[in-house]
Amino acid sequence: MTKGWKELPEGGLITEAGNAHKYETGDWRNLRPVHNPEKCINCLFCWIYCPDSAIIVKDGKVVGIDYAHCKGCGICARECPDRVKAIEMVDESEFE
Amino acid sequence: MATKELVARTGNEAMAEAMRQINPDVVAAYPITPATEIVQLFSAYVADGLVDTEFVTVESEHSAMSACVGASTAGARVMTGTSSQGLILMAEILYIAAGLRCPIVLAEVNRALSSPINIHCDHSDTMSVRDSGWIQIFSENSQEAYDNMIQAVRIAEHMDVRLPVMVTTDGFIISHGLEAISLLEDKEVQDFIGPYKAAYSLLDVEKPITVGGLDFTDFYFEHRRQTAEAMQNAKKVILDVGREFGEKFGRSYGFFEGYKLEDAEIALVLLGSTAGTARVAVDQLRAAGVKCGLLKLRVFRPFPAAELAEALKHLKAIAVMDRSDSLSTAGGPLFTDVRSALYDLPERPAIVNYIYGLGGRDITVEDLEGIYRELQRISGGGQVQETIQYLGVRE
Ligand code: SF4
Ligand code: SF4
Repeated sequence: MTKGWKELPEGGLITEAGNAHKYETGDWRNLRPVHNPEKCINCLFCWIYCPDSAIIVKDGKVVGIDYAHCKGCGICARECPDRVKAIEMVDESEFE
Repeated sequence: MATKELVARTGNEAMAEAMRQINPDVVAAYPITPATEIVQLFSAYVADGLVDTEFVTVESEHSAMSACVGASTAGARVMTGTSSQGLILMAEILYIAAGLRCPIVLAEVNRALSSPINIHCDHSDTMSVRDSGWIQIFSENSQEAYDNMIQAVRIAEHMDVRLPVMVTTDGFIISHGLEAISLLEDKEVQDFIGPYKAAYSLLDVEKPITVGGLDFTDFYFEHRRQTAEAMQNAKKVILDVGREFGEKFGRSYGFFEGYKLEDAEIALVLLGSTAGTARVAVDQLRAAGVKCGLLKLRVFRPFPAAELAEALKHLKAIAVMDRSDSLSTAGGPLFTDVRSALYDLPERPAIVNYIYGLGGRDITVEDLEGIYRELQRISGGGQVQETIQYLGVRE
């Protein structure tokens, strides 16, 4: 049960550091970025630009997308260099 | 008890003097007539090294209140001053200051709002932000302005309250009127307000926090409810602080002050400097055998509805004096609140509303005597002809 007004910190304060991770913005998504490792040149533009830190990188390589937090804005697909276009935005309905 | 002999101070000087003695950490301000002098005098105290305050000059009142909120969330004791257009330019940030529970104290000089442009007293500016979550305390004269500023710090910073407070004077009438007042010693003020203890600080790296986070359908309502509770808590704190101030310095304060009210049959209810004029009218009519009295409201937010009903319930007829017009066509802001406060009484006094003094239009003893005469007629069984009237406007 979410806390009532008597228990919540006053002034709308968030008193816990780094708790944005608990807020799953993934359910806002209409379009899903699908990463193609065959085309990817690992320039990491998508990783830099993603506003939700949802591009998962390991050892300098894009290894996946955190769909619990990716809100589907499409910035990664837009910033991915034109000559590779390794991220495609696909309608969520395709996955149901 | 009050320690010093009387000194001559205008309302602005009295408020600036209180600010010097309070010695806040930060003052961010922008000048505006008739409040300019408060922060101008204060900036001289800063330049002369009489205070330890960081004085932030800004490009507008919107920025002034924004800087105040920033400083307050960082954990500083913060004050500012403004008036009229300046206050309503701050309006957006006034709501934010209250919502973030910043105990900022603001010296506000009541002045009419544009348009047409006017620099003189009415209460339109303060009334326009009455629902912002700020505690609003009105002063009748320089002495009250000084005393209210000092009490405001204690009220705002009380842990059960943590809300901003604006202390108001009437433009030019109080702000520029020279009066004999009694000041406290610097040490007495410091001992009374005590050191500031911030509830939180953005600069505390040991306890990282987020201030001003997004609050959706799931939390916004709860946070607004908390602010309403703080306003409720403020009622007790205002009374406690007013009583303690009286015990220490000989001048006590409550939500309002009655003048010859207990045995009165008719009374005026009003705010600010007009109370002085009304006292003279009451004395003159009392000498002629009229059972009249006065209730001067000091605290407009939170609104002491139950206490007002108790203090007014024995009257036969009341005139509520509004120095601003809501333009709702249903009366001024003080009238609608007072009338609503009386609604649950088993026997309600007759009540009328006078909108007066807009843009600094003078109000005289004769004007007020005329209203008491009308109340006499109503209390004697006469019909209320017009519930809402504009006093002293040319037809
Ligand atoms: S669509 Fe937007 S949120 Fe999702 S991974 Fe791409 S940039 Fe990040
Ligand atoms: S921007 Fe495109 S090419 Fe660059 S790392 Fe991301 S997916 Fe790969």
